[in-house]
Amino acid sequence: MAETFFSNLKCRECGALYPKKAIHVCEYDFGPLEADYDYDKIRAAISREKIQSRPQSMWRYRELLPIDGEPTVGLKVGFTPLVKADRLAKALGVSELYVKNDAVNYPTLSFKDRVVSVALSRARELGFKIVACASTGNLANSVAANAASAGLESYVLIPYDLERSKVLNSLVYGTKVVGIEGPYDQVNRLCSEIAGKYGWGFVNVNLRPYYAEGSKTMGFEIIEQLDWNIPAHTVIPMASGSLLTKITKSYQEAVKVGLVGESKFSIYGAQATGCNPISAAQKAGTDLIRPVPKPDTIAKSLAIGTPADGYYAVNVMKKTGGAAEDATDAEIIDAIKLLAETEGIFAETAGGVTLACAKKLIESGKIPRNERIVICITGNGLKTAEAIDGHLNEPSRIKPSLREFDALIAGGSSLAAKK
Amino acid sequence: MAIEVNIPTPLRGLTENKDVVTAEGATISELIDNLDKNYPGIKARIVDDAGNLRRFVNVYINGEDVRFLQDKETAVGANDEVSIVPAIAGG
Repeated sequence: MAETFFSNLKCRECGALYPKKAIHVCEYDFGPLEADYDYDKIRAAISREKIQSRPQSMWRYRELLPIDGEPTVGLKVGFTPLVKADRLAKALGVSELYVKNDAVNYPTLSFKDRVVSVALSRARELGFKIVACASTGNLANSVAANAASAGLESYVLIPYDLERSKVLNSLVYGTKVVGIEGPYDQVNRLCSEIAGKYGWGFVNVNLRPYYAEGSKTMGFEIIEQLDWNIPAHTVIPMASGSLLTKITKSYQEAVKVGLVGESKFSIYGAQATGCNPISAAQKAGTDLIRPVPKPDTIAKSLAIGTPADGYYAVNVMKKTGGAAEDATDAEIIDAIKLLAETEGIFAETAGGVTLACAKKLIESGKIPRNERIVICITGNGLKTAEAIDGHLNEPSRIKPSLREFDALIAGGSSLAAKK
Repeated sequence: MAIEVNIPTPLRGLTENKDVVTAEGATISELIDNLDKNYPGIKARIVDDAGNLRRFVNVYINGEDVRFLQDKETAVGANDEVSIVPAIAGG
């Protein structure tokens, strides 16, 4: 399996080929570079049976990931549950609904473990000793944890005002956390400059062509877990728009390498109303992304005002007959509670965005009620618990007395059972 | 009327490593044509064959993306600050 199927980096704009180094932009037209594969070779090398015989991790799709040798970081990442969500389906009035639950991804409870395991495996192949990232929180957690277990030194740069849990969840791994006084987009800009000057491996800057490919595994898993079928409708949260474009790529690649037959599928993107550059463009019928200079939403993990893949995300939705939607803070909180109360899944704010938008897309008829729908939950509610603090019933408090308990159940049962 | 234009690192190979150069013109389009006279090859990096700004190149006038003004026909004056900035990755 150490054979490589990954041939080059290729400019998404002009198609120019580049060597497989730590570079991410075309020298000529500044287009993003993307991993390019020898699909004929992959087609001949893999099969459903072969994949199913491998350990249950994202690396069972190794041939379609951009590293040269064996993976060395994040071997246990992925293969998260695809939950058939019947109670949620009933609440939304749809016939068949699944939740792809990366809130329980290993080790840091978000889909970012997928991209980081590819980026750091590749970083090692390229000889980096120091790795880093620009992050809205989840990526920082994942870089910190996976770098620690790989013995790599790490720096994570984040907006200084992130949720406390997300900050602690980076600090604990001994990484160097740098809080930047500005929104994500300025963190990102600074990281581009640092990457150039310090020569570190920034997973989402100079290692981005490798990193981004890790997101495909979420899509491959969905297909395999649906008994090798591409779902008709997939709802995906959008920050940079990368996850949405890569899940789409995974569906297309699965067809290309012969794992599934061709079938029609539509891709839908979800954003927060307080930072909706991609959904606003999609709704306006343009692929010109107007930056949001000051994002204002509780879904901080999605608060990217200048989304790098916004243009591609809008075009994927258009081409596949999908659509975009966005959700207010109140709708996000309601959706977090709905998912928790119907399916026992506690998603972070971004998950609330995804479900709230799915609900709106169903209600507006953009997603039909009688076809198979998958919604992608990408992070864990424990990391953004403060966002729902004050929006839930407080616990009842009594003395350790049966009489008080009886009184509570008899008199205040509506209080205890109420939403 | 000379207007100052900020040049990003990847294009400084064409501007004798200068990070700020001057150019003349009444619109962005004219400014780019004029830049190309002094620094041959720079135009092809900024606009495509049809003369439109390349998708991953942003041109700002006083911090405003010209795509949301009059694009390449946006007027420029002597006191305007013009910056050419490639889009950045991340996310």
